[in-house]
Amino acid sequence: MNSRNSRIGMALFAVYLLLYGGFVLLNTFSPTTMEATPIEGINVAIIYGFGLIVSAFVLALLYGLLCTKEGDEQ
Amino acid sequence: MIYNPSPIAVIIFLLFVGITVGLSFYLGKQAKSSEGYFAAHGQIPWFVNGIAFAGDYLSAASFLGICGMIAFYGYDGFLYSIGYLAGWIVALFVVAEPMKQLGKFTFADALNSKFDSRGIKLAAGISTLAVSVFYLIPQMVGAGVLVQPLLGLPHWAGVVIVGAVVIVIVVTAGMMSTTWVQFLKGSLLVIFSTVLTVMILERGFEAKPGVDQVQTVTKTADGQTLINGLPKGTGAGDTSLTPVGHISKLPAGASNTGPLGPLDFLRTLRKSEVILWSSEKITADDGSVTTTYTPKPTPGSEVLRPGEHPKFKGIRGDNLLAKFNFLSLMLALFCGTASLPHILIRYYTVKDAAAARKSTIVGIGCIGFFYVLTLYLGLGAMTSGAMDITNSNMAAPLLALSMSELLFAIISAIAFTTVLGTVSGLILASAGAVAHDLVGSFTSVELTDHEQVRIAKIASVVVGVIAIVLGILFQEMNVSYLVGWAFSVAASANLPALVMLLFWKGTTKQGIIAAIIVGMTSSLGWILLSADTYSKVYGWPASEAIVPFSQPGIVTIPLGFVTLVLVSLMTSKE
Repeated sequence: MNSRNSRIGMALFAVYLLLYGGFVLLNTFSPTTMEATPIEGINVAIIYGFGLIVSAFVLALLYGLLCTKEGDEQ
Repeated sequence: MIYNPSPIAVIIFLLFVGITVGLSFYLGKQAKSSEGYFAAHGQIPWFVNGIAFAGDYLSAASFLGICGMIAFYGYDGFLYSIGYLAGWIVALFVVAEPMKQLGKFTFADALNSKFDSRGIKLAAGISTLAVSVFYLIPQMVGAGVLVQPLLGLPHWAGVVIVGAVVIVIVVTAGMMSTTWVQFLKGSLLVIFSTVLTVMILERGFEAKPGVDQVQTVTKTADGQTLINGLPKGTGAGDTSLTPVGHISKLPAGASNTGPLGPLDFLRTLRKSEVILWSSEKITADDGSVTTTYTPKPTPGSEVLRPGEHPKFKGIRGDNLLAKFNFLSLMLALFCGTASLPHILIRYYTVKDAAAARKSTIVGIGCIGFFYVLTLYLGLGAMTSGAMDITNSNMAAPLLALSMSELLFAIISAIAFTTVLGTVSGLILASAGAVAHDLVGSFTSVELTDHEQVRIAKIASVVVGVIAIVLGILFQEMNVSYLVGWAFSVAASANLPALVMLLFWKGTTKQGIIAAIIVGMTSSLGWILLSADTYSKVYGWPASEAIVPFSQPGIVTIPLGFVTLVLVSLMTSKE
């Protein structure tokens, strides 16, 4: 599992893991933070939640663009 | 509440079922070989496969369960949306391409690619069956819940209809028909959820001041149902529950907001006051059980924060075990998706790794978009004035009913097709596990193509019948609760073996077998000994449960990894 594509996959996976881990830990250990409304009257719970869904798609697209046919061959 | 089945609902429902069954027979001719039956010849276009992923994945639990949970408790249901979607990142970045490159028809193929071991086939086959059957039960129960109000049929009839239709779909054309049914269902679900969301935003909010009455439902010892002390019915002197769910105060004392933008919708709700309902069940000395529903004016800011649902309340307290329970659930959702057998087999329907990757990206886009909509659908339902306080699973269809009867009929038919799509995927995964893995592990004789397909078809019928029976037996069980079981077992049994095979050269076949068995039995055992199961399944006091919290993932997923490493080290040849 050392192909170019899988290395890109791992890097992007790490990015998402940090984002998701941050969200879960914030919910667990500081739920009141989620109630704050930093932008335009929308609370952190919704901003972060929507952010996670959007970033999953953006990372997925990025992965699709960076991967190459040659990268599939091991 | 009392539901009147509408003729439009029945017609649209029959139309949907007719189209799916017709499609299956049409495609049946192309699925004679095992290649065609299990993997649709690997010729499904990646875009279609991507939407079919959504059709496969957005089960009754996603559509009915999450919308209902948001409608009744607010933001907490959305945590499931986030967790379910996050799992796809594991599927895309870690599992998708190797699954495609290593395997042929089933998850066991990929695990076994290096070793050719009958033990791995057997263990992976059993875990596929166990996870699929667990996942099947809530889908079947969901089908029964749906047909009661829609068609006026009893619970068992719904379960039998779904079972029969799915058996026809799977037996006639295997992966071919299953894929197209899921494609159809996935697209319809997303399109009509979008339509509903636009209508919610167009409608905006309306404040309805005044105090709601407390409502009670009594089940007497002789089997009668009383509503607020009167017999349930539509005749003279009878009564039924009042539909609920509205905003009691809008910001600045407004009575109506008019159309709202997506962000305005959330902003306005946060500053409003919503009537939510709490319920309490009391058993009287004469054996009658009364559930009392009490209106509870709740500030919008609390509706939109995590930790309001009884299951998630723990995160607002100081009890560390309750916090672990939440972490454990979010971990199982993250790891579970990429371990679900009916999702994994979909990687064999496309032609190569690049197509597997592209279809997952389409799947993530489609599923993610739908999950964003769940928040609007749930909150729209919460304030629609059409909710049935006794049944959160009906939130999405009832929301549609508050718009128009036609939309209600369409949404209900889609919800039913939702069950069809997911159930056919699960039954096909089970049939593949039986025909390809289990039979292969017992006999060294290579089965002919034709024999494999025949065994798979027989297995589909058997698993279908088992699913029907379990769906009827477990009709009282909560749908999303059972789905949680399936995710935990899938993640604990399958993920460690899959990940370590890909990333650690020292993995041995004994290590893989041990990890699957330990992961599966420990997570199952944990669930059976947990407080949730004690109180909801056995009817025993929750405080007597042996394990400290209900969700197993945070313990049993690492346990699977540790087992694999230890056993591999002990059995490695060097």
